[in-house]
Amino acid sequence: MSKCPSAIIAAALIALAGAAQADTFGLGRSALPEEIAAWDRDVSPDGTGLPAGSGSVEIGEMLFSEHCASCHGDFAEGVGNWPKLAGGEGTLARKDPLKTVGSYWPYLSTTWDYVNRSMPFGSAQTLSADDVYAITAYILFSNHIVEEDFTLTNENFLDVEMPNADGFIRDDRETAEAHFWAEPCMEDCKDAVEITMRAAVLDVTPETSEAPEPEMQQAAAPEATEMAAVDPELLAAGEKAFRKCKACHQVGAGAENKTGPHLNDLLGRVAGSLDGFKYSSPMSAAGEGGLIWTEETLAQFLGNPRKFLKGTRMSFAGFKSDDDLAAITAYLATFGE
Amino acid sequence: MSGSRNNSRRAFMKGAVAAGAGAVTATAARAQTPDPLITEVQPWASGLGDGVDETPYGLPIEYESDVVRRNVPWLTADPISSINFTPIHALDGTITPQGCAFERHHSGAIDLRKQDYRLMINGLVDRPLVFTYQDLERFARINRTFFCECAANTGMEWAGAQLNGAQFTHGMIHNMEYSGVPLRTLLDEAGVKPEGKWTYVEGADASSNGRSIPLEKALDDVLVAFKANGEALRKEHGYPVRLVVPGWEGNLWVKWLRRIEVLAAPVESREETSKYTDTLADGISRKWTWVMDAKSIITSPSPQAPISHGAGPLVITGLAWSGRGAITRVDVSKDGGKSWETARLAKPGEPMALTRFYLDTQWDGSEMLLQSRAMDETGYVQPTKAALRAVRGENSIYHNNCIQTWWVKETGEAENVEVS
Repeated sequence: MSKCPSAIIAAALIALAGAAQADTFGLGRSALPEEIAAWDRDVSPDGTGLPAGSGSVEIGEMLFSEHCASCHGDFAEGVGNWPKLAGGEGTLARKDPLKTVGSYWPYLSTTWDYVNRSMPFGSAQTLSADDVYAITAYILFSNHIVEEDFTLTNENFLDVEMPNADGFIRDDRETAEAHFWAEPCMEDCKDAVEITMRAAVLDVTPETSEAPEPEMQQAAAPEATEMAAVDPELLAAGEKAFRKCKACHQVGAGAENKTGPHLNDLLGRVAGSLDGFKYSSPMSAAGEGGLIWTEETLAQFLGNPRKFLKGTRMSFAGFKSDDDLAAITAYLATFGE
Repeated sequence: MSGSRNNSRRAFMKGAVAAGAGAVTATAARAQTPDPLITEVQPWASGLGDGVDETPYGLPIEYESDVVRRNVPWLTADPISSINFTPIHALDGTITPQGCAFERHHSGAIDLRKQDYRLMINGLVDRPLVFTYQDLERFARINRTFFCECAANTGMEWAGAQLNGAQFTHGMIHNMEYSGVPLRTLLDEAGVKPEGKWTYVEGADASSNGRSIPLEKALDDVLVAFKANGEALRKEHGYPVRLVVPGWEGNLWVKWLRRIEVLAAPVESREETSKYTDTLADGISRKWTWVMDAKSIITSPSPQAPISHGAGPLVITGLAWSGRGAITRVDVSKDGGKSWETARLAKPGEPMALTRFYLDTQWDGSEMLLQSRAMDETGYVQPTKAALRAVRGENSIYHNNCIQTWWVKETGEAENVEVS
């Protein structure tokens, strides 16, 4: 009941606004305060947008290990090609500088804002404000910007000094490169020309002589599948659900261990048992203790990974619905060795 | 009547062939045996082809299956936050087909239905508004063609010649005709307050990829686009709605556009501080380097498009573009920059859109060091790699618009090289 009158008033206001502004179309509706609050979450260098809250380096270390370390390393040093968040001080003027939060990022607000809205990769917007303060504090600690007993809050946020805050200038191409605006030479522009470097010597270009195989074929027709009776809709749902996993896990022909182990021939596998993959110690211990991946154990694990296996390095928060769990286990079951 | 006309036409053709043969004996020898493709009735000339509706939405014929986007796996940790490259070596004209136009995602290409789409304008405005997709289609819209180039295009070549192919060195670019609503129209609808100086634009995907754009640009030529090359945007290019920021780096062209905030100052988001800033040799970095400098590339011949015929007529072709306006001239050098000749533009350059150039020439079969050099309407001349490095060093990553060299060998094969 109470919603109706306010909607009518809002509509009337829009109509009035439309009538008053002859140059507008009168399209769209008023954005409600709750809607603006839900989407307008960016944080600016002066702290605008920061919610009240706090988090310590100590709690941040725990959260980082749980949510971030699988890609960024336990000490924010980065895993493989994933971004390094710490180190690199004094490298900006060297060949191949290492750009991290400590060595490069000019504003702390950027770190808080990015962790808050876009991380963890694949589970964005699942951290609380306090979690984000704590993780930001830990990243600062990893960069030797704060001490280990530090707690970051909305109160002391602007007191943190970022080492490279003065390392930026505005685009100055039109003055620094003014000599590029000049009539070019057409004849006898240089005496001699020598080849000084060849791409073929480096040989890092991907092979392109053969047309790439359509990816669909691999996914749709896995070899050695004995699950012919599985509902195709369930498999399609499973394939879709797997998008949440594929940043770290591979399946199908040519699958390899990446940030997470490959998941071919998973059902029946002893937990933590793939050669050449570095599991968390709780995962290895669970396997030694007899944990085998079956549809049941997998569904329990994927429903709430950190509850099922405390200390797992997998940063995924878990599938919320039973439908997703059924779909993902059915989908994974189709991938043989 | 018709018989005699055919006869006279045949007689004319015969005469023309005879005259032509005399003129080109040196290069076009008479075939030794008749060509069976001509003398024998071929299956396609006797049987039937596909009926209509064989492919309700047509794809290129199978023989073109190598004209596809490709990525460079070692560039990024993972294909979900990554980039691939337009096969510019195999295309002609200027419009990039959507199906092979490069992709860049930060959290993967999301699946967003029109009915689930919302666009919010908030911040320093008189009336914070929410639009549906249908609302957007009711505003007066326009059609404009623009290139979209990733700031990192050619970024792997700063320290030296690395990737052997125009697709890989210059393929982070596409050029499409967009249909959409000027951002100005939407901002007027909300009413920008006098203290508003910047807009912050963000997407609906997990990365959000928010960027700050000065209000002046937002009110100038930025488009909120929902069609490209006449059809709906592809999922990978931001379906159903993306931002088009003419002449400025691709990272600003936010896909799955969901919010435009009017602000007094920039947000200094991750994508405009830690990324998309250009570190100079002294360790100081340029920020807000939005405009794409004038640039060109010879797409054929090139490493993936070698010369497959012998000496004689050769078409050298490529693309040129500038974020500051229209391309006015493109010069081509065959000797690594000692001397230059001016190429033919397929049509007059259009502001902030790709321009196709051709140099119709005779190849004598000897080695060439091919280069192209673009000039735009502001008088800017595309610099050599050495000139660019002299100002910026080798650590900029972004905005590498240097002159590219292809070493074309006597075999017709080409290689990416650097020259003195």
